[in-house]
Amino acid sequence: MADNTTAVQDNDQPLMQAEGLGKNYGRLSACRDVSFALYPGEVLAIVGESGSGKSTLLQLLSAQLAPSAGKVSYRMRDGVMRDLAALGEAERRFLFRTDWGYVHQDPVLGLRMAVSAGANVGERLMAVGWNHYGRIRDTATSWLERVEIDVERIDDAPRTYSGGMRQRLQIARNLVTEPRLVFMDEPTGGLDVSVQARLLDLMRNLVSELGLAAIIVTHDLAVARLLSHRVMVMKGGRVIETGLTDQVLDDPREPYTQLLVSSILPA
Amino acid sequence: MNAPVYNFAYLDEQTKRMIRRAILKGIAIPGYQVPFASREMPMPYGWGTGGVQVTAAILGPDDVLKVIDQGSDDTTNAISIRKFFARTAGVATTTATADATVIQTRHRIPEAPLHGGQVLVYQVPIPEPLRFLEPRETETRRMHALGEYGLMHVKLYEDIARFGHIATSYAYPVKVNARYVMDPSPTPKFDNPKMDNCPALQLFGAGREKRIYAIPPYTSVVSLDFEDHPFTRYRFDAPCALCGAGDSYLDEIVTDDQGSRMFVCSDTDYCEGRQAEGHRGSESAAPHKERPHG
Repeated sequence: MADNTTAVQDNDQPLMQAEGLGKNYGRLSACRDVSFALYPGEVLAIVGESGSGKSTLLQLLSAQLAPSAGKVSYRMRDGVMRDLAALGEAERRFLFRTDWGYVHQDPVLGLRMAVSAGANVGERLMAVGWNHYGRIRDTATSWLERVEIDVERIDDAPRTYSGGMRQRLQIARNLVTEPRLVFMDEPTGGLDVSVQARLLDLMRNLVSELGLAAIIVTHDLAVARLLSHRVMVMKGGRVIETGLTDQVLDDPREPYTQLLVSSILPA
Repeated sequence: MNAPVYNFAYLDEQTKRMIRRAILKGIAIPGYQVPFASREMPMPYGWGTGGVQVTAAILGPDDVLKVIDQGSDDTTNAISIRKFFARTAGVATTTATADATVIQTRHRIPEAPLHGGQVLVYQVPIPEPLRFLEPRETETRRMHALGEYGLMHVKLYEDIARFGHIATSYAYPVKVNARYVMDPSPTPKFDNPKMDNCPALQLFGAGREKRIYAIPPYTSVVSLDFEDHPFTRYRFDAPCALCGAGDSYLDEIVTDDQGSRMFVCSDTDYCEGRQAEGHRGSESAAPHKERPHG
């Protein structure tokens, strides 16, 4: 696939870079001094217990919250590194529905529950100017197949779907514009174990097939182990340990990480 | 007896100034919904309070007013609004489209082509075309501001997915001046092409929702569609039963409980005009003969 060559060539430059990122809510500091670089095709998991600042960090990174300190830069499709805070609202929203995906924990937030699955997937395409019903529908159909949703149900509204199907539909809706970066907030939360396994399997295949970069917030270390290349462990708003996934999970250095790893129930 | 004395055209001058300012802003930004401080009018919401306020604000003593409701000059709503302005403004009224300078309408555009110098005032129940897709007003305003109209096509997509064609037959969304997507009020989509490049000024007033918007004369108005499902007009495939017109928008009238029906022009003035010119339809001969004298 020969799309814009400049973007493909500089894969050794970071796609997203956070520098000294912090967010205060009044005197409460939800997230402090977070710095990292994310490279194209890389999957980063942010793990930690509830209240550790994971979700705040994800919102800062996806420009839904303005940081109190530090900045986030993102390499646009033209190869230029841009400070997210300096983007206009129109640019930011455009980025959000083309080059980025955001998978919510609760699919109700990420889907339009009253319109059909096909339209849910097609909405992003129509938003970037697709104007041919047949092509939109074909694309939606092929995406439903890829996320293993019965194509017969393309005209059903997601409110008639099961939890696992909704989550898969949400993933299809996000990936249809071929984003380069996907944010996922507890993507497997609230699903039963067998559905989780299937969803994880699907996500792992899609991420490697499409060469997606992803930032996954999760408290489930199994999700981190299965999907991510790198892990950041957060506690009390700080990143306390970071490294390759197997290194952090098999040989945790910090006492807190050791506690996290040891608190997985034995299978 | 102390009869109540109203200001010319009912509204006080300050209110009219406020409404005129909103109208001017609307004309300057075609298709943009301008908020205004809608007043309580002596009629219920849903009966044209927005249209009446716009009409009251633009009416002058020399104007000739026509009011139609679903194309008809002689329904309750049309008659009472016409009477309202005849009484409070003392303006001349007419039913002839060509003679009117201000035409207030509910859900139709007259069949006779409008000319320069005329103003068409629409009564609008829900001005926001994105309303049933996106319930948050803050979000729809942002979408208008940024020109994000992908969602509008989601509605059309849903139509095709469900019915095999774009089944939206009224309040069909249009893009005005290649910028704002606008709800043309619940006019049948048959009338949409008449809005495009129209020599008359078109004003839209939504009283309950407190919005005014406008299409200046000779402005492009394009109905949204898909490349493979282009916009089409719709009319019943029949001539008018009274005047035989084959090009007008028709109402279906059920005539008994045996399933009989007839199709007649929705625009009564157009239909009567044609009958006066001697055009006849399938049903018109009999009732005319029965009358003692014509």
